[in-house]
Amino acid sequence: MSLDQLYQQIILEHSKARHGAGLAGTSVPGGASSGQSHQLNPVCGDEITVRVSVADGKVSELRWDGDGCSISMASASVLSDLAEGMTAEELRTVIDSFREVLRSRGKVAADPDVLGDAAAFEGVARYAARVKCAMLSWVAAEDALGQALAN
Amino acid sequence: MVATPAHLLRSAQALGNEEVLRIRNDFPILHQSVNGRPLVYLDSGATSQNPLSVLEAEQEFYEQRNSAVHRGAHHLAVEATEAFEDARETVAGFIGAEAEELVWTSNATEGLNLLSYSFLNASLPGAAPESARFSLCAGDELVVTEMEHHANLIPWQQLAERTGATLKFIPVDDDGALDLEAAGRIIGSRTRVLAFTHASNVLGTINPVTTLVGLARAVGALVVLDACQSAPHLPLDVKALDVDFAVFSGHKMLAPTGIGGLYGRAELLNAMPPFLTGGSMITTVTMERAGFLPSPQRFEAGTQRISQAVAFAAATNYLSETGLSRIHAWESELGQRLVEGLEAIPGIRVLGPAAGQERIGLAAFDVAGVHAHDVGQFLDSRGIAVRVGHHCAQPLHRRLGLTASTRASTYLYNTTDDVDAFLDAVAGVRGYFQA
Repeated sequence: MSLDQLYQQIILEHSKARHGAGLAGTSVPGGASSGQSHQLNPVCGDEITVRVSVADGKVSELRWDGDGCSISMASASVLSDLAEGMTAEELRTVIDSFREVLRSRGKVAADPDVLGDAAAFEGVARYAARVKCAMLSWVAAEDALGQALAN
Repeated sequence: MVATPAHLLRSAQALGNEEVLRIRNDFPILHQSVNGRPLVYLDSGATSQNPLSVLEAEQEFYEQRNSAVHRGAHHLAVEATEAFEDARETVAGFIGAEAEELVWTSNATEGLNLLSYSFLNASLPGAAPESARFSLCAGDELVVTEMEHHANLIPWQQLAERTGATLKFIPVDDDGALDLEAAGRIIGSRTRVLAFTHASNVLGTINPVTTLVGLARAVGALVVLDACQSAPHLPLDVKALDVDFAVFSGHKMLAPTGIGGLYGRAELLNAMPPFLTGGSMITTVTMERAGFLPSPQRFEAGTQRISQAVAFAAATNYLSETGLSRIHAWESELGQRLVEGLEAIPGIRVLGPAAGQERIGLAAFDVAGVHAHDVGQFLDSRGIAVRVGHHCAQPLHRRLGLTASTRASTYLYNTTDDVDAFLDAVAGVRGYFQA
């Protein structure tokens, strides 16, 4: 597998664009309940904090703060675009699907209908050392979503 | 007084590319392609590769002599015990120590934990009177440095937490050198232990052992030297350095994983309470209590890593025959080539000493706008193996304003072509990631 298949253009672009990045000075959208989760990748010391806000059964906002490699930054950015507007159940389904693809060592193909732009991370599954980078914000989002629903 | 080991007296003329190419023939793993390119292995600071003589020593042991040691009277038991103890003498001689001053451990991390747990045991009520010099309590101070590997930090943090002692550290300056003026203030009458690394696994600096030992001796503190990055790469004589303890890992010096060494002055080892207890480390045992053997058996409970010890001796023999001074001189040249090359690439910040200043054969660096993981992935696609991350030195990275860096580390089997291939690839990193 070539480097370009890992670092697809969409990943390089999202790693710079960082949609949803920045928590400082932002408040939870009115009428929403929120949860926040901090996750750490001890291998490289990268950290991410994800805040999920839910209103009327739908994700009204997913914002995050963090610094890390292009895979982890792009993954959080794509997730932010993807999650907003989904029901909690839809987001859970997408997270489960993403996890299944990434942990499959390349055996499970990504379904673009389910994963949208996140399907671009399919190549990461072949790089065991990078799976955690891609998963970091998704694990945080799953935890934050659970908290938001409980709040 | 032990005589200076013969291999330390060899000429310091550096290895050259031609000789390195011959050395490489002894390392089967180096002759492979990775991602369609010849493997360029620049991660020996994490773990080194094994020459055939080491692999064969381990296999020969299992084929001819495998048995438990220090028990059993049969032929194989005797052969295995001799091989095991001969290996101890060889590896001890390699660092200028007597055989009974070398305790086998699984690695340097275990050696440091052995010390911290023995000191903890000495601090508990009912500890033997001879272990009082290791006993710690509130008011006592342990001193490390800001550049330590986590292995030489966390065991001391834990010991301080459990005994009420205070952990202090000698800071590093912006160039990554220890602040010796601060060291003079920090090491004082309350200091009981000074633990520091001989050579930094991130910065490549070689610390002034004599100066630091002098400060510790003046206040009667014990000195623990982390020799993980020095024992494999430069002549090491623990007696000449006058340290009380030193630790090193076999896998960083051509030996297999699972074997390492703890050096301790004999009188200290024999006064220290044991860490792991059980079979093979005892004299008389009753249902109520047990007596302990002197060092090194005192610290070697249970069946030991016998084949690994034998292979470790084959590894130090390989290094001795090549000549540590010559290896060190060659790696210093490679280290300078690395730093000079990296400094010439826009957007690269080299950690530690600048070009022209002393460093061992490694260089860690930051690439502006590109995370170390991505740098490592890019280099891997060109067959180049480097380490990325915090290199088990989070406080040092934090001090330098980073969370992670990329590190290239050389050994006796690296050529200048390896360094040049690496530099050429690094020059393409920022372009690829549009940084």
